[in-house]
Amino acid sequence: MTAPDASLPLVSLSGVSKSFTLHLREGMRIRVVDNVAFEARPGECVVLGGPSGAGKSSILKMIYGNYRCDTGRILVQDGDESVDVARAEPRRILALRASVMGYVSQFLRVIPRVSALDIVAAAAAEGGAAQAEAWARAERLLTLLNVPERLWSLPPGTFSGGEQQRVNIARGLAADRPLLLLDEPTASLDAANRAVVVRLIEEKKKAGAAIVGIFHDEDVRDAVADKIVDMTAFATEKAA
Amino acid sequence: MSELPLLSARDLGKLYGARIGCEAVSFDIHEGEVLAVVGESGSGKSTLLKLLSTELAPTSGTIRYRMRDGVTRDLFALTEAERRFLLRTDWGFVRQDAREGLRMSVSAGGNVGERLMAVGERHYGRIRGTALDWLGRVEIETDRIDDLPRDFSGGMRQRLQIARNLVTHPRLVFMDEPTSGLDVSVQARLLDLVRGLVAEMGLAVIIVTHDLAVARLLSHRIMVMRHGRVIEQGLTDQVLDDPREAYTQLLVSSVLAA
Repeated sequence: MTAPDASLPLVSLSGVSKSFTLHLREGMRIRVVDNVAFEARPGECVVLGGPSGAGKSSILKMIYGNYRCDTGRILVQDGDESVDVARAEPRRILALRASVMGYVSQFLRVIPRVSALDIVAAAAAEGGAAQAEAWARAERLLTLLNVPERLWSLPPGTFSGGEQQRVNIARGLAADRPLLLLDEPTASLDAANRAVVVRLIEEKKKAGAAIVGIFHDEDVRDAVADKIVDMTAFATEKAA
Repeated sequence: MSELPLLSARDLGKLYGARIGCEAVSFDIHEGEVLAVVGESGSGKSTLLKLLSTELAPTSGTIRYRMRDGVTRDLFALTEAERRFLLRTDWGFVRQDAREGLRMSVSAGGNVGERLMAVGERHYGRIRGTALDWLGRVEIETDRIDDLPRDFSGGMRQRLQIARNLVTHPRLVFMDEPTSGLDVSVQARLLDLVRGLVAEMGLAVIIVTHDLAVARLLSHRIMVMRHGRVIEQGLTDQVLDDPREAYTQLLVSSVLAA
């Protein structure tokens, strides 16, 4: 990771609003969030708080470019350049995903025929790690996250839900990306594995990454959060 | 991020008499990008592919292509020889029906070697060596090199078609429903293979498919076509997860979790 300038937020949202128009339901409009504003600086973990349905996941997906943004700006810092994800070309967003931002959900999208170790090593390599370093990181992460070594050479399709989830976290944290978006990565993990994730998040913060996350578990949230953004502050009435 | 596109289509249209094949299609594609064109049959996606690969002449609009020498040319201003050179070397075309993309009466090795000979390779040992290498890369047992593709399964034929197309290291590959007639397990293997090769070779791919799961797995960007027009386009996961147009919402909601 290039030395982050601690004065610049790595991600900054302002005036961000989102609604869904359901054409198959007579054009019903569901407003999700209104006028969202917050930022995350290098080494900072911002936790999105609020009840389910408050739009926490939608915000992470909008930063990642997975959901569209109706109004406002979502500025992501890529080196010296500031990119507005809300308006950027698909190519530009893909480039951000390749080197700047990573997204970890609790679900592993299974790739057929690729082993757990290969999945994690490939993620490290895509983030710029040399091959040997990529393997080393993959092995370290899988070990830390208690994925039994006998499973490493197998595709995770047949793993238990918890094992898949831990492979997914390993994959999401394998690359050095300055901005990490974590969508309940610890949901349904046991206490020991939650503690591992907390430790890995601390490592990322020390390395200068900015993290925006959703954490259901209070112990994880208390351990990693530098700032809590209350999403109910940006609530809208649900149907307009 | 500012390098020139490999191919650039502007206001592309095709009329069949009074009937619209496709109209007002504009997009750019760069090396390393996979663009999926989705829509139901009759949406104009196959017509668009035929225009892009110069099988059909457009009624309106232009297609510009950056040739290997770095010069960007109007595809329909090329000489016939230049166009053939593109088709034989710099482009690939993977057909839905392997019988149209392969020479069924020529051995598997011959199908791959033929494209090499078209670019001037004459050394038999090297041609056979390269063909063997490519059969291996597409997971065809190398002892099948002298067999005819008619004795191959559907999945093997498609893999052979891919080897035949990629052996000349094209920069742009067109694919027309490459997985549709295949069993689901065979599809998954083929998609996985294509995905790996595309990333490794940095290919630009324009793939026409009606299968949103194929589009999601392979493509970076997606264009949704209906009645000959592009009604929505963008990042594949964005268009599929947050579709804006009524028709796209209908398409997405009509499939089992893509």
